[in-house]
Amino acid sequence: MERLEFIAQRLVKGVVVLLGIVVLNFLLIRLAPGDPATVMAGEAGAGDEVFLQQLRAQFGLDQPLVDQLWAYVRNIVTLDFGFSYRQQRPVVDLLAERLPPTLLLTGTAFLLSLVVGVALGVAAARVVGRWSDSLITVLALFFYATPLFWVGLMGVLLFSVTLGWLPAFGMFTVGVPLAGWALALDVGEHLVLPALTLALFHMAVYARMTRASMLEVRDQDFVRTARAKGIAEGEILRRHVLRNAILPVVTIAGVKAGYLIGGSIVVETVFAWPGIGRLAYEAVLQRDYNVLLGVFLLSSAMVIAVNLATDVVYSLVDPRIELGA
Amino acid sequence: MPEPPAAGPVLAVRDLRVALPPGADRPFAVDGVGFDLDAGEILCVVGESGSGKSLTAAAIMRLLPRSVRVAGGTITLDGTDLLALPEAEMRGWRGRRLGMIFQEPMTALNPLMRVGDQIDEVLRAHAGLDEAARRRRVVELMAQVNLPDPGQLRHAYPFRLSGGQRQRVMIAMALALGPAVLIADEPTTALDVTTQKQILALIKEIQRRHGMGVLFITHDFGVVAEIADRVAVMQHGSIVEIGRAADVLNAPRHAYTRSLIAAVPRLEPRPAVANAAPTILEATQLSKTYASAGGFFVRRRVVAAVKRVDLVIREGETLGVVGESGSGKSTLGRLLVRLIKADGGTVTFGGTDLLTASAGRLRALRHEVQMVFQDPYASLNPRRRVGAIVADGPKAQGVDHPTAMARARELLALVGLDPAAVDRYPHEFSGGQRQRIGIARALALDPRLLIADEPVSALDVSVQAQVLELLNDVRRRFRLAMLFITHDLRVAAQVADRIAVMRLGEIVETGPTEEIFRAPRHPYTRELLDAVPGRAWSAAAAAP
Repeated sequence: MERLEFIAQRLVKGVVVLLGIVVLNFLLIRLAPGDPATVMAGEAGAGDEVFLQQLRAQFGLDQPLVDQLWAYVRNIVTLDFGFSYRQQRPVVDLLAERLPPTLLLTGTAFLLSLVVGVALGVAAARVVGRWSDSLITVLALFFYATPLFWVGLMGVLLFSVTLGWLPAFGMFTVGVPLAGWALALDVGEHLVLPALTLALFHMAVYARMTRASMLEVRDQDFVRTARAKGIAEGEILRRHVLRNAILPVVTIAGVKAGYLIGGSIVVETVFAWPGIGRLAYEAVLQRDYNVLLGVFLLSSAMVIAVNLATDVVYSLVDPRIELGA
Repeated sequence: MPEPPAAGPVLAVRDLRVALPPGADRPFAVDGVGFDLDAGEILCVVGESGSGKSLTAAAIMRLLPRSVRVAGGTITLDGTDLLALPEAEMRGWRGRRLGMIFQEPMTALNPLMRVGDQIDEVLRAHAGLDEAARRRRVVELMAQVNLPDPGQLRHAYPFRLSGGQRQRVMIAMALALGPAVLIADEPTTALDVTTQKQILALIKEIQRRHGMGVLFITHDFGVVAEIADRVAVMQHGSIVEIGRAADVLNAPRHAYTRSLIAAVPRLEPRPAVANAAPTILEATQLSKTYASAGGFFVRRRVVAAVKRVDLVIREGETLGVVGESGSGKSTLGRLLVRLIKADGGTVTFGGTDLLTASAGRLRALRHEVQMVFQDPYASLNPRRRVGAIVADGPKAQGVDHPTAMARARELLALVGLDPAAVDRYPHEFSGGQRQRIGIARALALDPRLLIADEPVSALDVSVQAQVLELLNDVRRRFRLAMLFITHDLRVAAQVADRIAVMRLGEIVETGPTEEIFRAPRHPYTRELLDAVPGRAWSAAAAAP
């Protein structure tokens, strides 16, 4: 009951924040030099004042800013994100088409980085000071310090160009209609390189954090208590050390999960992955404001959702969290 | 005290040596310690911090910190030398034949695990019981250590339990398999006196019932007097004296034992002195309520930390405020100097109500009221030199740098430190020395009133005695009035002219120290006095 209340409260807060972001987005775009009418007129090749006025009236750009904002918010609430004149499609359709690939990519990368990162961190902490610990630490540092796009390009060079094991770009093999398991396998093959690229950096972060946190927790009083009870080392590690050491990792993972969506812009562009990130990149290049606003809003909503999920997960892992406090 | 049943020693320690890492101040933390522990007896190992008493206990469990190791000796339990066992085999002894409880009940339990499960772990590790049998045993154990409603409480997480309850859980855990030896490392040090009394009684009762040998590590002679059959006194890693409790406590042979016992504050109130001096500070109806932030869906939680407190301090007088944790005594101290904002009431000092005074007026009065804090490690900025720390206050009041530094040197000499200390950093000093720096810092502003919040609680008895002596000395010399906040009635008896007893935010009784000790009126005051460990002993020891 307390938990439901907490979630309801957070949802309300989330909606308020989202509304704030909508308003901010709107104002931000208006801050860009030149209004959409000049952009469109410029693209149409006609720049005379009468045509501009006509365009402004047609799109309501001659209305007071407050009225425009109100109209915009009303549209957003009814899930009308506007129309992309560039792609000649409603923005909602574009987003709906691009969201699943992004979720697949970032979700895979997130799980991969978390599971492998924590596992590596635990392994390093167990053998702290020995060569295998140093190896893990140095590797983590390497991937932490290397830019994503470079890792991606090198991966393509090695696994696609030289070895020919994995496809270099895209989400499907072009021109081969597939279905069922064959399709899943095909997408899976295309997923390996971008997901790995996106995961490596975060894997390094989680590995380092888990290691440091494990080393701190293993010297705490309750671990000594567990030893005094005569419990086996493995059990102490799992039930006492790891459970406590994972808490800061959960916090950071929550923050990073929001960041994964942003980070996917680079990776989606490098690997030509048909996701939100690439959509955003193209929209920026083409000054496709409506699409850009839609992407902003969608990624904000995802960050808020991820934060909520983190809070709930945290309250499940740590009984001391006073819900709603 | 009844004689323990005659039996051979259940635990025999011979020539135990524990090596410190190279570069430590001495090569061996424990150097040639040997003793026997009989079944059914409580052996107290007493000593100051750094004496090696806790490492001796950890060595028996083979749970030494990573940096130290056993360098020699034997520890024999049930005819087996524990030090010769491989680690995997040693694990079978821990929790089964050897139980241990630790000092900090707040940190000794896994915060993410239900207390019942933590007790259950011992049973799972050693006893081949099925789940239902283990559950029954857990409830039984929790009932045995007098935890309320064990059926429900076993599902609780540690943070829901009070300090005393957590320590009971620790004891239940240690007792789960009826060990031959229970090692208790300062198990009551972090507890309030009334809770301490209950836990000591519980340990004693269980020890009698199961005929266990108990090795009880403590720094507190009051506790020793309360519980010990025999006593071993440790200094610099060696046992300097060991014998029956009555002999060691009342007729100590070794000089170090004598000095330690002499440093224990007597439970003798200082004689009342008629004080007709004018009032320096008066608080009326002082209140402070803490409330958690509320919201749309959440009820505000409200705790009244201080409830309508009235108090008066006269010039040159020391008022002791005693109470247990959570009684609001520290909040009271902070309210008086407006470190935190009061919800209501007045604090009149020098004709001004501090609670409504303007910022400028308050700053002008600041130097007249100074504080000394409990934790000498946390209350000094580690990145600044001692001289700067002491001189800061006067400089803030407009004194120029050379004068302020000269005064700092003078004051450091006055509190018994080398004036060269001005150029050193706080970490270069011991706890007692740091507390002296804290006192010098407070004195630098020529205060008329000193508010001391548990200033000696973190110190060893011998150091504690010196710091109390110093406080007494400066008080006389500067005619300081003092509000002395403490949980320790022995200390209060030594320093306070009058005592105010706090409980749940209220002052339940106030009066001259002698009267409070001789004829306490409030039942809570009586309970507190009754809970002071080693009460009977200190009365006897004070006789000669």
